[in-house]
Amino acid sequence: MHLLVCGGTGCRASESSLILESLKRELEEKGLGNEVQVIMTGCFGFCEKGPVVKVMPDNTFYVQVKPEDAAVIVAEHVIKGRPVQRLLYVDPKSKEHVPDSKHMGFYRKQIRIALRNCGFINPENIDEYIAREGYSALGKCISEFTAADVIDIIKKSGLRGRGGAGFPTGLKWEIASKNKADQKYVVCNADEGDPGAFMDRSVLEGDPHSILEAMAICGYAISASKGLIYIRAEYPLAIQRLKIAIAQAREYGLLGKNIFGSDFSFDIDLRYGAGAFVCGEETALIHSMEGMRGEPTNKPPFPAESGFLGKPSNVNNVETFASVPVIITKGWEWFSAIGTEKSKGTKVFALAGKINNVGLIEVPMGTTLREIIFEIGGGIKNGKKFKAVQTGGPSGGCLTEKHLDTPIDFDNLVAAGSMMGSGGMIVMDEDDCMVSIAKFFLEFTVEESCGKCAPCRIGNKRLHELLTSITKGNGTMADLDRLKNMSNVIKDTALCGLGQTSPNPVLSTLNNFMDEYVAHVTEKRCPAGSCRELMKYSIIVDKCVGCTACARGCPVNAISGERKGPHFIDQEKCIKCGACFEKCKFGAVLIN
Amino acid sequence: MEKLKSLADLKRIREEAKVKLELRVKGDNPEGLVQVKVAMATCGIASGAKPIMDFFVEELDKRGIGAVVTQTGCMGYCYAEPTVEVQLPGQEPVVFGFVDRKKADEIIEKYIKTGELVEGIIPVNYEKID
Repeated sequence: MHLLVCGGTGCRASESSLILESLKRELEEKGLGNEVQVIMTGCFGFCEKGPVVKVMPDNTFYVQVKPEDAAVIVAEHVIKGRPVQRLLYVDPKSKEHVPDSKHMGFYRKQIRIALRNCGFINPENIDEYIAREGYSALGKCISEFTAADVIDIIKKSGLRGRGGAGFPTGLKWEIASKNKADQKYVVCNADEGDPGAFMDRSVLEGDPHSILEAMAICGYAISASKGLIYIRAEYPLAIQRLKIAIAQAREYGLLGKNIFGSDFSFDIDLRYGAGAFVCGEETALIHSMEGMRGEPTNKPPFPAESGFLGKPSNVNNVETFASVPVIITKGWEWFSAIGTEKSKGTKVFALAGKINNVGLIEVPMGTTLREIIFEIGGGIKNGKKFKAVQTGGPSGGCLTEKHLDTPIDFDNLVAAGSMMGSGGMIVMDEDDCMVSIAKFFLEFTVEESCGKCAPCRIGNKRLHELLTSITKGNGTMADLDRLKNMSNVIKDTALCGLGQTSPNPVLSTLNNFMDEYVAHVTEKRCPAGSCRELMKYSIIVDKCVGCTACARGCPVNAISGERKGPHFIDQEKCIKCGACFEKCKFGAVLIN
Repeated sequence: MEKLKSLADLKRIREEAKVKLELRVKGDNPEGLVQVKVAMATCGIASGAKPIMDFFVEELDKRGIGAVVTQTGCMGYCYAEPTVEVQLPGQEPVVFGFVDRKKADEIIEKYIKTGELVEGIIPVNYEKID
């Protein structure tokens, strides 16, 4: 029997390493230390209910486990064979305990390619990766294929960059391979910065060797002998596991000189970023690695011609690399059979926001939003109504009810006014104000703008100011036109991808939720009831019994009135904190 | 650790490491394997299901049969404990009652190896919904 304990960042934050120790200690005490293995794995994706412990081979899936539950798991499940009912996942619809992961709606629709080993192997043990056919793709490339063959396979597979723009990976490799130089570089972009996105982190934490292997394959294809992983320092666990993985691969000779006895040599180093969003843009990333300011430069020249230290460099995202070894071992035909016509394979999404199953999922391209949100995601929290989902993070847009049945792929998302982005999905319900959402993302881009070009530095700031004034009830209809015009100008004139996509949240909310903007401007009303400045508290005179509870609870003494007589709220003084509403036992406080 | 000089080296490491991971791999794809479920509720345990389960685990392994042995709850045939459900790939599961070591041995040798039914089958008295 194997007990798999999740060692992803989310579960570790909820003491999963203590669970691991407690389980080991309990097993030792019961004399089962040799029979039952306890293994720390990467992320299972079901972060909503972490920490997760999975029992193999029966696939029993325990959620929200605490260190003190170790004793009962060992005493009941391991020794007596009775799954611990109270730790099983409860299906939100049927309210029944689900016996194993194979019966969970969350996993049923998923196909795991990039996440194939996450939550299955111990990421700190290279042997477990090798047992899952690891490094055999690299071996196959070196022994059976020429560099041109490898590029051809990747091209035919239809793999497109998972970092956001969806550029064909094989083509990128081909361009880099054709540029002649004494030194070329393979760069892995692990600078994941969208709010709410953690796909790359989970792959690096759960299956670091897959990235090393893919980078070596890329090195072989474009004849580069050096690889660099640009990773943000905020990902300490991913960095630690990458370091362990690189050391193990070097010891086995899978990185280093003359791999598998061939002429091919390849080694990988880490480069740390300080967590600036713009450094996910490849030219800014390269400058940051060179020790310069993380600012983008005009393309061309593309990194494939002049990248790191002026040498041809191929930059791919973590998830793109994670798909590469499987394409080599299983063949491009297998990969290209999954997905839609122009977007092949699967995509990892980080589900966040007002959704029941917050976590990490991997689905074939072409899966609809409805399937993702209502089947895998388990629907909207607290039975509220679905309003919109933001894809592509701050660079993307929102999709609404009418897009629920659109098959998701790179092109359909762009057609719907959003983008794939790196795969963050933030779900919003009826209580979310779309103007505030646009403001939230703008706030992010304003902070993350590097300041090099004026449209992004100044334009986004102005957009943010306009949105702020609208949420305070000071907007005019002319402001809405201004928002739209300025957004389009920024899109057309900004230097890099960050600026060119930053107005997307504004444009897509304007397109889909114009009525909400208009309500803010003309009626000074927030339909979702979330803009504080637009709320108005008043007391219904007939219902007020004069108990003075509200007046005593008001932090700014805005409420006046005689004891046993009706009370009044001074709108000038009111700070809209809602304390009176909570205090009143007679329902006399009205929110407008 | 020694360096891997060739693909043969990689293959050797892979074969060695695969053994350690076997249990998880099997659990992930139970459809293609013989599945043995031992009822281990209070009734089963009291009637000695644990040693029977151990017997299955050890003997199937020793005899080189790829199988997943798991424990399950009460199947409802408490009068016939220990009860064991065996499902051969692509077939309907069959439940055996009053399984002792001798019967377990017979189940492995006859039913699992050759598909020949042996005494002690409990007629299924309900349908399962999946």
